[in-house]
Amino acid sequence: MKEALENLREKADHEIEAATTREEFLDIKTRYLGRKGLLTELLRGLKDVSSEEKPLLGKLSNDIKKSLLEKIEAFLAHIEAGARDKALHEERIDVTLPGRGVRYGKVHPVTLVESEICEIFRTLGFSVVEGPEVELTYYNFEALNIPENHPARDIHDTFYVTDTVVLRTHTSPVQIRTMEQQSPPVRILSPGKVYRPDSDISHTPMFHQVEGLLVDRGITFGDLKGVLTFFLREIFGSGTRLRFRPSFFPFTEPSAEVDIQCVMCKGTGCRVCGNTGWIEILGSGMVDPEVFKNVHYDTEDISGFAFGLGVERIAMLKYGISDIRLFFENDLRFLEQF
Amino acid sequence: MLVSFKWLKDYVDVDLTPEEIADKLTMAGLEVDAIERVRPGFSGVVVAKILSIRPHPNADKLSLCEVSTGERSFPVVCGAHNIHAGDVVPLATVGATIPGGYTIKSSKLRGEPSEGMLCSEEELGIGEDATGIMILPDKLAIGEDLAMVLDLDDVTLEISVTPNRADCLSIIGIAREIAAMTGGRIRHPIIEFEESGRDINGLTSVTILAPELCPRYTARLIQNIEIRPSPAWMRLRLEAVGLRAINNVVDVTNFVMMEYGQPLHAFNFCALEEGRIVVRGAREGEAFISLDEKTRILSADTLMICDGVKPVAVAGIMGGLHSEVEEDTKDVLLESAYFNPSSIRKSSRSLGMGTDAAFRFERGIDPGGVVRALDRAAQLIAQLSGGSICRGYIDEYPRRIEAVQDIPLRSEQVNRILGTQIDAGRMKETLEGLEMTVSEQEPGVYLVTPPTFRIDITREIDLTEEIARIHGYEGISSSLPELMPGAVSTSDSRKLRHRIRTILNGFGYSEVINYSFVSPDSADILSLNENDEGQRFIHLKDPLAEDLSVMRTNLVYGLLATMKKNISAGNHDLRLFETGKIFIDCGEELPREQERVGALVCGARNDRSWHFDENVHADFYDLKGCVENLLDALGIRTIRFTAPCDRPFLHPGRSCHLISDGRIIGFLGDIHPDVLEKMDIKKKAVVFEIDLHSLIPLAEENRFFRDIPRFPSVSRDVAFVLDEEVTVIHLLDLALKKGENLLESIDIFDVYTGKGIPEGMKSLAVRFTYRSATKTLTDSQVNQVHERLVETIARDTGAKIRGLDI
Repeated sequence: MKEALENLREKADHEIEAATTREEFLDIKTRYLGRKGLLTELLRGLKDVSSEEKPLLGKLSNDIKKSLLEKIEAFLAHIEAGARDKALHEERIDVTLPGRGVRYGKVHPVTLVESEICEIFRTLGFSVVEGPEVELTYYNFEALNIPENHPARDIHDTFYVTDTVVLRTHTSPVQIRTMEQQSPPVRILSPGKVYRPDSDISHTPMFHQVEGLLVDRGITFGDLKGVLTFFLREIFGSGTRLRFRPSFFPFTEPSAEVDIQCVMCKGTGCRVCGNTGWIEILGSGMVDPEVFKNVHYDTEDISGFAFGLGVERIAMLKYGISDIRLFFENDLRFLEQF
Repeated sequence: MLVSFKWLKDYVDVDLTPEEIADKLTMAGLEVDAIERVRPGFSGVVVAKILSIRPHPNADKLSLCEVSTGERSFPVVCGAHNIHAGDVVPLATVGATIPGGYTIKSSKLRGEPSEGMLCSEEELGIGEDATGIMILPDKLAIGEDLAMVLDLDDVTLEISVTPNRADCLSIIGIAREIAAMTGGRIRHPIIEFEESGRDINGLTSVTILAPELCPRYTARLIQNIEIRPSPAWMRLRLEAVGLRAINNVVDVTNFVMMEYGQPLHAFNFCALEEGRIVVRGAREGEAFISLDEKTRILSADTLMICDGVKPVAVAGIMGGLHSEVEEDTKDVLLESAYFNPSSIRKSSRSLGMGTDAAFRFERGIDPGGVVRALDRAAQLIAQLSGGSICRGYIDEYPRRIEAVQDIPLRSEQVNRILGTQIDAGRMKETLEGLEMTVSEQEPGVYLVTPPTFRIDITREIDLTEEIARIHGYEGISSSLPELMPGAVSTSDSRKLRHRIRTILNGFGYSEVINYSFVSPDSADILSLNENDEGQRFIHLKDPLAEDLSVMRTNLVYGLLATMKKNISAGNHDLRLFETGKIFIDCGEELPREQERVGALVCGARNDRSWHFDENVHADFYDLKGCVENLLDALGIRTIRFTAPCDRPFLHPGRSCHLISDGRIIGFLGDIHPDVLEKMDIKKKAVVFEIDLHSLIPLAEENRFFRDIPRFPSVSRDVAFVLDEEVTVIHLLDLALKKGENLLESIDIFDVYTGKGIPEGMKSLAVRFTYRSATKTLTDSQVNQVHERLVETIARDTGAKIRGLDI
């Protein structure tokens, strides 16, 4: 019996050695180890052997069964892995081909910059307020201390609709409208479209402004400097050098023009900054008492500052755009860069 | 304003370089836009002395000069006749360049060698005298560079003077600022002259008939003058600041205007009928020929300077052609006046005459300097023209120009506004440095009287600014105001706009910003009928161009124009959107402003890439899907799309309204082929436009959670064959109106016409989904409901069920 078992093992090993396909292995498995397999048949004779031999032969036959099974399973596993590999190989693709899907649309650069400006001022507690674009001359001029037939109007070439209605030349009218409705403290930002009849490489008849107003007890020129310095360093980088210099706006006094160091040449002088090393970036000042009088604020009690800046101008500096008209030509090849 | 650095130095000592001065001025509020070095247009020209002159052997008109530069002498052939041996003259040596791009070469003229050229003023570009060689003062050192010895190099500063600083529209005004900043002192010109002959009052008179517009008019008479070109020094001064030299009278008036900021005018006295001046308003429609030879039609509110009969000048703006000082003028009447600033501004604007004089008068000249400028000019005219100044002057001063006096100044208030601790004493010094009179009332409280030229200073805040300006803004330290927590708000429309942008970006739409003004033709191009709201344009009075002359009443036109531009630029596949206002004239003073969101799609549906067929174009349903998903993302579920749509610029069979609560809030559709044709657009386009404000109340801010279904759903698919005219919305409405609460959703998953479907019919494949929140539905429970629904639909629409013969 022992001999028969050993022979069977040898024969089976040979067959396993010779087999290559999954089917052959499965056939070997059935023929030897199946319910009617050769090993199973052989073991039926186990009941006739002596009780001394029984455990030994039993163990041997189990070992043979186990080793055959292991070998066959190992080969089967190997074959299956090979087949998977092959399938995977066949399914390979060129991953460098572009993907499929909807291209994300772009936000207009003016909107991008305007949002960025508003976000910065939000952190300083400014609320955003909007107002009409077609405006009464009273709000656009008189309430802001810009009387008729006054040279101060020179800064504001104007589109008139009627003698008393204009396209707003700045977003400052929103400040007046707000102060008429609300008593101090006021802390607002008014972004929006403004209009001036001008058209060349650095002017378009419509452009965007963001103006701000802060009115409260004890607001000083120092606060103006602090807030605007914070803002400009947020938007142009913490190392940005700036300077405040006296200027004139009819609705503020003292007034200040704020320059940043030229972003192109870093102050050494270039075409962009007209060789001065500085770029004018915003206008500002302490709200003129005349303006407060127009909205019935007590100038002895409160004070405030206002500022205004051109969104396109900041966008031009940020993105290195030299022709402002590009913003409104809306060429996809321009828009898609943002 | 152009300022000559050299001219400045006539009035103030400056140790600083032009760059340093420019920086100081800029930081004090007088922005210097440009610094320019001005050099004469020649080089290599030296001072030389003529040693001898003899006739040219071969040419009658030429002479041979021997000229010396000290170290050596040159033979020079010369054609001029005003020179004599011993004269000191400019010699352009070999290699020198003179204006016009000429370089002097050594040459032979009619056989005689010539090593250079003797020059006239005109040839050197430093004067207009071309009649002979420029004769230089004997005292000049021979051999020296001419530009250097004549001190011809200069630097000009281009200064932007803000409208409030009328006092800085003069060289002395700028010099005063420099003196205040550097602690220097102003040197005023010494005005001394002799009067002679008769008293002016016996010779002429001034009558002011419009004292409000002309509060003060002063005049002097200068007789027996000789008109000739001004000397070089005068011409150089004027040219340096961009003024053209004309003659020794006109130049003086310009010179003194630049010097003091007081515009002046000189009349040819003989041309004044009745020999007198009348100041009055023009007669409506009166014609007048100004110096520039243009005929001006005047309106009654224009102030005119007249003689006894007719106008001779537009007051404060420009003189008249017929009273102009000319070559043969012998006597001049010199005017120095103060005119009402806003009157001058109004006239100069309406006449379109923005002259240097008007610019100064409308900003306000120094009322205290009128006579001084008159005298200064009289002095210079007499000096340069050899005339004699009549005794006395006329000073008609019917309306006193009150200078502001005793402005209260509280140092505490100054520091309160500036956030500084500037010492009261220093404030006083600063203001005194600006020529103000400061008297102390009590400690820290002053009464300040500004000089007459500072017409801009009337209030405490004006003084505050002066203190800040001279103190320097850099010296004021930055601070941050206290935060007001919780006070920040953003308007609903701004928030919604922001969300819409983000969502549309996700669908591949890029934002455009079009001008708010469009062409009035846009209404016709969009086929709007005359009663359409879109015809109610706001018109601009002075548009930049006709096609930018009215405010838009829709976004569609701008989107189409942008599409057209892009296509011609080669961008064919577009997904664009815009948010912005439209403007409707409602007959009120201000128009109705409405914010809209609009979008346009054209070209290939998908990106041009290897994945997609680029011939598949985006259509109505692409944009409708975009709108549906936009609304869904905003949490808006109550908008209906209904046809027909009455927008004339949309395809009547491919357009719909967006309806909310029975109200039209927008439209969506293909652009009408007529519109595309009118705009010469060769591609189809689909657009939508929605009133943004109407969406605000619909967009839910807070959403409530609904339980995720715990029991499975059951679906039944049905293909209805029905009349082509039956809309899907009708079918859906029928199903929903039944109010079957097990019905969860109805989806259309196929629409088919063609083979197998009778003409005029379509097949709609519909999936009905049923679900109960409390149990798993059995087939029979579903069937009961489903059959009821299908039957209702079939009965109402006459539909047949495909595969079933009902």
